[in-house]
Amino acid sequence: MQSTNILARKREREIRKVSAVFLLPALIFIAVFVIYPIADSFATSLFEWNGITAGKKFIAGTNWRELITDMTFWKAFRNNVVVMVLSIVIQMPIGMAIATFLDRVGKKGTIFKVVWFLPMLMSSVAIGYLFKYALDTNTGLVSTISKMLGGKNIDLLGNPNTVLLTVTVVICWQFIPFYMVYFMAAYSGLPSDVYEAAVIDGATRGQYFWKVALPMMKPSIKSAVILSMVGSLKYFDLIYVMTGGGPGTSSELMATYMYSNAFESYRMGYASTIASGMFIVITAISLITMRLINGREEA
Amino acid sequence: MKEESKAKKITMKIVVALLVLVWSVITFLPFFYMVMGTFKEQFELLMGGVFKLPEKMYLNNYVEVFQGNIWNYLKNSVLVLVISLTVLLFISACAAYPLSRFKFRMNKPIYSLIVACMSVPIHVTLLPIFMMAVKTHLYDSIWALIGPYIAFNLPISVFILVTFMQGIPKELEEAAEIDGCGKYKIFWSIMFPLVKPGLATLAIYNSVNMWNEFSFALTLTQRAENRTLPLAIWEYQGQYAMNVPMILTVLVVSVLPMIIAFIIGQDKLIKGMMAGAVKG
Repeated sequence: MQSTNILARKREREIRKVSAVFLLPALIFIAVFVIYPIADSFATSLFEWNGITAGKKFIAGTNWRELITDMTFWKAFRNNVVVMVLSIVIQMPIGMAIATFLDRVGKKGTIFKVVWFLPMLMSSVAIGYLFKYALDTNTGLVSTISKMLGGKNIDLLGNPNTVLLTVTVVICWQFIPFYMVYFMAAYSGLPSDVYEAAVIDGATRGQYFWKVALPMMKPSIKSAVILSMVGSLKYFDLIYVMTGGGPGTSSELMATYMYSNAFESYRMGYASTIASGMFIVITAISLITMRLINGREEA
Repeated sequence: MKEESKAKKITMKIVVALLVLVWSVITFLPFFYMVMGTFKEQFELLMGGVFKLPEKMYLNNYVEVFQGNIWNYLKNSVLVLVISLTVLLFISACAAYPLSRFKFRMNKPIYSLIVACMSVPIHVTLLPIFMMAVKTHLYDSIWALIGPYIAFNLPISVFILVTFMQGIPKELEEAAEIDGCGKYKIFWSIMFPLVKPGLATLAIYNSVNMWNEFSFALTLTQRAENRTLPLAIWEYQGQYAMNVPMILTVLVVSVLPMIIAFIIGQDKLIKGMMAGAVKG
């Protein structure tokens, strides 16, 4: 900015002062509860510590060396990636389909909109317990339906081969309403004359969706994908409640593994290493994805 | 030719109707299971199966839940929500004001920093915040929850409010400034009232998040009397592990406030979620 006279400079100084006052509270909260903890996580990752007594022992990179060779951590990471990929593949198309339907029917669809939105209101814990019982081997919903169809009891959560998939389906049940609302917002962001113009040009409903609406909503879809990715990489509540990472480590995620190291094995130092590792992995994956998604745009 | 496309149209309609039906069943069945279960006795659920309607309206589960200390969890949840939300909305409006209105060198960097915090996974900060709470003796009190609840909902709130404020025309402020009105007064008596609709949607969006928060509540509180509703489910589960209808009742009770709020302000809530959705 070019401040040539004293008055302008004085004004600028005032603006700086006022801005500082207004921004200070927010920045304090962010510094104390977001930035400092990240730094502290990395610092604690260099210690051996049970988190309770004072005996904090500096062990440099030992925890990190353990992390790199820790099969359970990498299993958890792999599980996170499976949940991530499945979440995107399942949630995005269904969310988009539902939003398209609701956008199409308009006000007449209110009742569906309301009912389909309901899972959004429940906490992950509540959903976790609800499905834990609904999927119970002997008395649950799925087993009951299976028996009605002449089959037998199905144990989805106790079976290492099906548990991760089952949990992912529950996660999708929880989050599809979110993407429904998300894509409805995207639809409402489209200029209203676009559809009319397409119809005048003789486009069918399907052509309008594939050739006009979908490309125009690309930015929203991109951010939805990133949102869903980051969300699945840090998933915790629902799995912690439903399976606790089990049976064995078959549904262990990075966050549940970190939690059990901290509060069940009391290895605060190593748990901090896992948390820091998580931070690195999540940041790397989101940066790479953003680069990939935006790079393709330019090409 | 025409006949064919008409037939095609009808088939399409039937397919869509079927899909709508299937999706409604998928969404609704777990709720049906949950609510039906609350009216059954412990062994009725085990013996009669899921789809059997309750023999009679058995209300004892609700009676027992409401006679227990659910009120205490409810009180804690409400307290944490009201305090965190009030502080959060105020300081995010404060932060959004200079970011959306003034030109200064640090504007862009600060805004980017705040927005970047949206993708920080809370579990990376969980242990340090836990240790911080222990050190400051806030551990095992609802006060330990308020800081993190504000901090982690701040980025999205600032982001949405900045967008909202950018949409408000500047004429009013400029007129006030010519009249000799200071920046603080302009914020308080012009900007704040104008931004109220934005605050309302944000309030709704953040309420759902805070009401349902589990990780911090689990880690930062310990005794039942200091815990919030999501933890009530957790504690009842430990206590009544075998009594499924009882736990389902706690589930219904914990979701009920949100459902009631949803019925009253259905449009606003979805709008709030939409506002939250357009982040990123």
